[in-house]
Amino acid sequence: MWRPWAFAPPAAGCPMPLIEAQGLGVRRGSHDILRGVNFRIAGGEIVTVLGPNGSGKSTLIRALIGLEPGSSGAVTRKPGLRIGYVPQRLHVDAALPMTVRRFLSLPRPVSDAVAAEALGRTGVAGLERRQVSALSGGQLQRVLLARALLSAPEILILDEPTQGLDQPGEAAFYKLLEEVRAETGAAVLMVSHDLHVVMRASDRVICLNGHVCCEGTPEIVSAAPEYRALFGMGTGGALALYRHMHDHDHVHDGCDHDHDHHHHEGADA
Amino acid sequence: MPDAFLIHAALAGVGLMLAAGPLGAFVVWRRMAYMGDATAHAALLGVALALLSDLPVALGTALVALAVASLVTVLSSRDRAADTILGVLAHSALAIGLVAISFAPQVRSDLSAFLFGDILTVSLADLAWIWGGAAIVLGLLAWRWNALLTATVNEELAQAAGLDPRRERFVLTVALALVVAVAIKIVGALLISAMLIVPAAAARSFARTPEGMALIAVLIGCASVLAGLWGSFTYDTPAGPSIVTAAAALFAFSLAKGRRAR
Repeated sequence: MWRPWAFAPPAAGCPMPLIEAQGLGVRRGSHDILRGVNFRIAGGEIVTVLGPNGSGKSTLIRALIGLEPGSSGAVTRKPGLRIGYVPQRLHVDAALPMTVRRFLSLPRPVSDAVAAEALGRTGVAGLERRQVSALSGGQLQRVLLARALLSAPEILILDEPTQGLDQPGEAAFYKLLEEVRAETGAAVLMVSHDLHVVMRASDRVICLNGHVCCEGTPEIVSAAPEYRALFGMGTGGALALYRHMHDHDHVHDGCDHDHDHHHHEGADA
Repeated sequence: MPDAFLIHAALAGVGLMLAAGPLGAFVVWRRMAYMGDATAHAALLGVALALLSDLPVALGTALVALAVASLVTVLSSRDRAADTILGVLAHSALAIGLVAISFAPQVRSDLSAFLFGDILTVSLADLAWIWGGAAIVLGLLAWRWNALLTATVNEELAQAAGLDPRRERFVLTVALALVVAVAIKIVGALLISAMLIVPAAAARSFARTPEGMALIAVLIGCASVLAGLWGSFTYDTPAGPSIVTAAAALFAFSLAKGRRAR
């Protein structure tokens, strides 16, 4: 098995991790969603978790936050860790009236000035009086990021933050994230299933499919056979998945799928 | 000067709505309508058990309502598509309650009072219980307000902010059981959820913030209580159903207003 991360410098030199998972497994019913996941993220890092649909990316995020109990292994968070979380999709029920201004004060009240500054920082100044349920996808993502920044987080956690954005919107959002990291020093942990933009914006990429298939810098991961087995040869998007599903030579050099390759049928279900 | 029984009735209804308005808003936001039904119907079982074991009716109602509401909370948090289970529970609770109550002969003759309420016979002791219960519910909701709201918008957001969504669910469960125990005397087991849902739903068209919606739900609820009592007194109709009818009329009016605003 080819494990590029095994050659990484020893952990002794690394700062104390903000969040660390050791041998994490999550089981739902009789189905293993995650198995033996080792993960750590240190201050100031941008780490992206990549994987096809159903690979357990969101479950991993939920487990790291503490929302999903692990069935094995352990998750440790730095005591008192301030997490700024941007959920995959925020659906504010139409029955719940909620202005952007009010939303920013959840759960902790903030002053008008602080709210206005956060909205300005993420490029959506002046939206205070709009209803959250009436925002466009891009506006909502930026409002969510503004809210996440209010707690002065040590780590920002974003679950598929650019879903529903067009390509320029996506690129602009990642640029904004890099700026935020540079200004605040917050670590960034993102989940994604798109390949190109994310790869460029990340320090480290983790390729997930129920377990960690491969891990390392974007360059290392994009060259790894495990990554190619999961995502095809780098064409990205639908074509890559199509190839993956019809490419029958995937004995997966090192990527031991002992769950009967169910993910192929389930990949776009 | 209206008669004392009418003043008692109005005070009872207003007291109930002080708690049922904000709680009803959460029931609407979190789509807990069936949970309200199951809890309210279980209250009937509580009445039966209390009468059979010589406990105070209010206590028995509150305890059984709390037990069923907790059960429903656990079931619905485990499986998000628990709609069917909740439906089964809500209606079985009603049926079991009716069967159980048939073993308490002193109630049999007075069954409709527990099904549809008996607001016109509210005593001063009842009033104290209603306002006390409402005050506890209101205090509970005010204390947890921001946390409840955050968990309602998105549980992951709440968790990441260091809150425990399960605890907030439990707060709502306790509040729901208390409101049911308070409301059974006023509108009866069958119409309790109506007093939770209808004023809150009517308030939606007029509100821009959650707090606004809770406040307007209280006002609409109080208006329904007064209008329903007036109708009941004038046309000699049953009081509980008249109150809910008035609330439904206000809801219809709010829909028209909501459409115009859009």
